[in-house]
Amino acid sequence: MEKIMVNFTLNNESVDVSCEPDKMLVDVLRENLNLTGTKIGCREGECGACTVIMDGKTVTSCLLPVAKVAGRTIQTIEGVATKEGLHPIQDAFIEKGALQCGFCTPGVIMSVKALLDQNTSPDKDELREAIGGNVCRCTGYLKIEDAINHAAEEMRGTCVKDGGE
Amino acid sequence: MWQAYLFPKTIDEAVSILTSSNGMARVIAGGTDLILDLEGGRHVIEKVVDLSRIEGLNSITEENGMIKIGASVTCSQIVTSQLIKLKAPALSRGARQLGSKQIRNIATMAGNVVRAQPAADTAIPLVALGAMVEVASTHGTRTITILDAYGDSFAKSNIDSTSEVLTYFYIPIQQPGEGSAYIRLDKRKALSLPILNVACKVSLEGETVKSATIAMGPVGPGPQRAVDAEKELIGSTISPHSIKAAAQLVTNQCNPRDSLVRGSRKYRMAVINKLAERAISQAVACATA
Repeated sequence: MEKIMVNFTLNNESVDVSCEPDKMLVDVLRENLNLTGTKIGCREGECGACTVIMDGKTVTSCLLPVAKVAGRTIQTIEGVATKEGLHPIQDAFIEKGALQCGFCTPGVIMSVKALLDQNTSPDKDELREAIGGNVCRCTGYLKIEDAINHAAEEMRGTCVKDGGE
Repeated sequence: MWQAYLFPKTIDEAVSILTSSNGMARVIAGGTDLILDLEGGRHVIEKVVDLSRIEGLNSITEENGMIKIGASVTCSQIVTSQLIKLKAPALSRGARQLGSKQIRNIATMAGNVVRAQPAADTAIPLVALGAMVEVASTHGTRTITILDAYGDSFAKSNIDSTSEVLTYFYIPIQQPGEGSAYIRLDKRKALSLPILNVACKVSLEGETVKSATIAMGPVGPGPQRAVDAEKELIGSTISPHSIKAAAQLVTNQCNPRDSLVRGSRKYRMAVINKLAERAISQAVACATA
């Protein structure tokens, strides 16, 4: 099969990938780019473990042909922490114990990040809608909700400290 | 799954790729259903034809009293559209309940309709709203109703994705005195198929119903119109009693199967009247708001 070349922005860096034209983004991330933080759960778009952010919006990378990603901006769990340390969402998940086995966590964090990047004061419905597509089979969702609220609070605080609006 | 992934720049180019491939090329919209169908061997193809770079198909516009929605518009775009929220509220509600946020960010309404599931979250409101779809092929374009876009057997579309392209939806803009609503019964609020869904549009003149359309699923191979309930409503004076009387008649057009996923026939026949009653009441409330 003739390979295709796809260029996109991944965690703030431009990447070129040569791969089969029928590959899904999740497989390109894991196999071609060795970024295994994004998980494969159901491969049917039902569990959310493969959630990444494309142009600011969450997508299930298991159902996204890599050809569709050309020219787009992708953010994965590997791009969430900075040199300075973990992202407030990651800190909050640790602080609140919002994970057990951790398999769903990268996907959940990407869903939460897409939400809080837009709105650091989500109400309960917005919060639940944002993580509705992420299935956790260990801990339930209460601690995850606690962590999101804690992260939101931290992020609102940071905005003020940094002199934001 | 496929050997080539193509991005035509125009609708004509898309149609020409499809027809020259003799059934071995297929349109991809969001792909959230198509990819599973291809992986499961439901279709065998060589090329996929992606419409997302065709100019005009990505937007929602208002044109001659209609809301015009392009085939590449995602469900999330529909959910966030103020025009649709205000002028086609049943569709706004339906699109919001499809899949999950991740799926809505990729999936399109065009794909939802062409996939032809009997209770598609956007198709049921589209039927109630009297929407039309435009389909392009080598023979030119034709404009058909949503019910005509559905074939007569389960999950069968009359739009052939190996030779035709659904290009635009046209939805009549809600006029003063009109209202619409969508109700869904499900096991959980995300990523679950509807057990039942009902959409209703009414047009009122004072307290009198001028017109009413009720669409339901999954109670047959495709969306079903509750024609007896519609007739009962039209000309009636709106009251809790008249709404209830009309809703009692929706089962006349229901023939659900026993389903492990969606629930038993008996259960669904027992609850659909109540859902219809709520859908009609909400549409009336919307019309009088």
